[in-house]
Amino acid sequence: MRLYLKYASIILKSQMQYKSSFFMMAMGQFLVSFSAFLAVSFMFSRFDSVSGFTYTEVLLCFSIILTSFSLTECFVRGFDAFSSIISNGEFDRIMVRPRNEILQVLSSRIEFSRLGRLLQALAMFVYAIGASNIIWTFDKIAALILMLAGGIAVFSGMFIIYASLCFFTLEGLEFINIFTDGAREFGKYPFSIYGESILKFLTYVIPMALFQYYPFLYLVGKSNNTLYMFFPLLAMLFIIPCLVFWRFGVRHYKSTVPDLIY
Amino acid sequence: MKKYLSFFTIRLVNGLQYRAAAIAGIVTQFAWGGMTLLMFRAFYNYNLGAFPMTFPELSSYIWLQQAFLALYMPWYFDNDIFNAIVSGDIAYELCRPIDVYAMWFIKNAAVRLSRAILRCMPILIVAVFLPAPYTFSPPVSLLSGLMFLLSMILGFLVLIAFIMLIYITAFYTISPTGIRILATSVIEFLTGAIIPLPFFPQGIQKIVYMLPFAYVQGTPFLIYNGFISGTEVLKSILLQTFWFLLLMISVKLLMKRALKKVVVQGG
Repeated sequence: MRLYLKYASIILKSQMQYKSSFFMMAMGQFLVSFSAFLAVSFMFSRFDSVSGFTYTEVLLCFSIILTSFSLTECFVRGFDAFSSIISNGEFDRIMVRPRNEILQVLSSRIEFSRLGRLLQALAMFVYAIGASNIIWTFDKIAALILMLAGGIAVFSGMFIIYASLCFFTLEGLEFINIFTDGAREFGKYPFSIYGESILKFLTYVIPMALFQYYPFLYLVGKSNNTLYMFFPLLAMLFIIPCLVFWRFGVRHYKSTVPDLIY
Repeated sequence: MKKYLSFFTIRLVNGLQYRAAAIAGIVTQFAWGGMTLLMFRAFYNYNLGAFPMTFPELSSYIWLQQAFLALYMPWYFDNDIFNAIVSGDIAYELCRPIDVYAMWFIKNAAVRLSRAILRCMPILIVAVFLPAPYTFSPPVSLLSGLMFLLSMILGFLVLIAFIMLIYITAFYTISPTGIRILATSVIEFLTGAIIPLPFFPQGIQKIVYMLPFAYVQGTPFLIYNGFISGTEVLKSILLQTFWFLLLMISVKLLMKRALKKVVVQGG
């Protein structure tokens, strides 16, 4: 952990060397998700609710998923850009160091500019909280924190799967995007609006509804089932098979660098 | 003319090599289109009166959008061009007996076209066999089908003409990253890639239709599904032509001015 913090502070310092470029990137990230926000508000200027969810509820849901996604993207970026680590042989160097590979991949890249999105998530969150009539008792706050933590765990898991596939394909497979960028895009609405079968898929196969839909029902008071609040904990278990798959990938790794001449 | 044609074919054939990437892309776009339609379905079920078009019309729109995503993708920029400007390699390009603007334009068109060729058919064919409201329907009439093709080409030209403007800004800013991200999000939103333009609020629609972005992908897809019909078709095609010519001529002039001042260091 101390090593990771050390890496993080070095990366932060180096990114701060190019301040204007950093803020441009952060601004850009902000703009990208801002257009998603505009799309939601344009839709709601036409329709005042969808599948029983109001504008403020959707904004709350959107801000939660955006927060967990941007935190994940900031810190797990190393896995997102893993194909380059494989193809330039950097993974060989990682393997020979006496430290955990996951830690090293994580600390190879930290993209602080992705936090530009957090700003927007925060703004939406503050607005949605103000406009909604949720009474923030202890258990609601706990539910919110669990949702964020569950989201980070599942998104990290997706990025790890994406990276592990690179062991076999050497290149990133675009279709995983459906569960990363796609989940961010479509997760702005509670997953139930996409219909029964999608909700089931996202409950039992890729457990995204477990940290988004069910605890959200409890959060906004649409359900009194206290059990829903703990569903994100189940979602977190998703990271276990992802890590197993990663191990499997590491074991099958063949260097992309042809015989090194020493 | 022949040299431009060979630039075009080189890039096109090169792009056609990436078949595995195309398959992954097709799967992604198919899922993306499906989820988008399900999202709109939820709004439709809630209040179909507030829906600006019928649902089958929307389905055709979304599938066309996914199928031809590569033609109109806002995030694709040719890094070689930015690098040439920033690093000064443009000096070599200027030595060649060709028009740099035309060459860049053609390279961009070829890359986009090659990706679209690989991806469009599988998506559209599968979409035809989807159940009722989600299916991809044929054009409303033969005429609208033909007009769609014409308008699709024009929209493509408008987009590349605008993208050329972004390349030119690199002459002035050195670091094109910021402007590039800005341009990407503006193009994406205002061409209707996130939600189709008819879903925008009335007042904002009026403004958007005064900008070139409305004449990129929105126009051909809306002609195809019959949302734009009658004399409106002619009017939109004329506006597309107008924007293409305006952008092309002004960017060309701008480029001429920039090239006059450009200083390449080193020897």
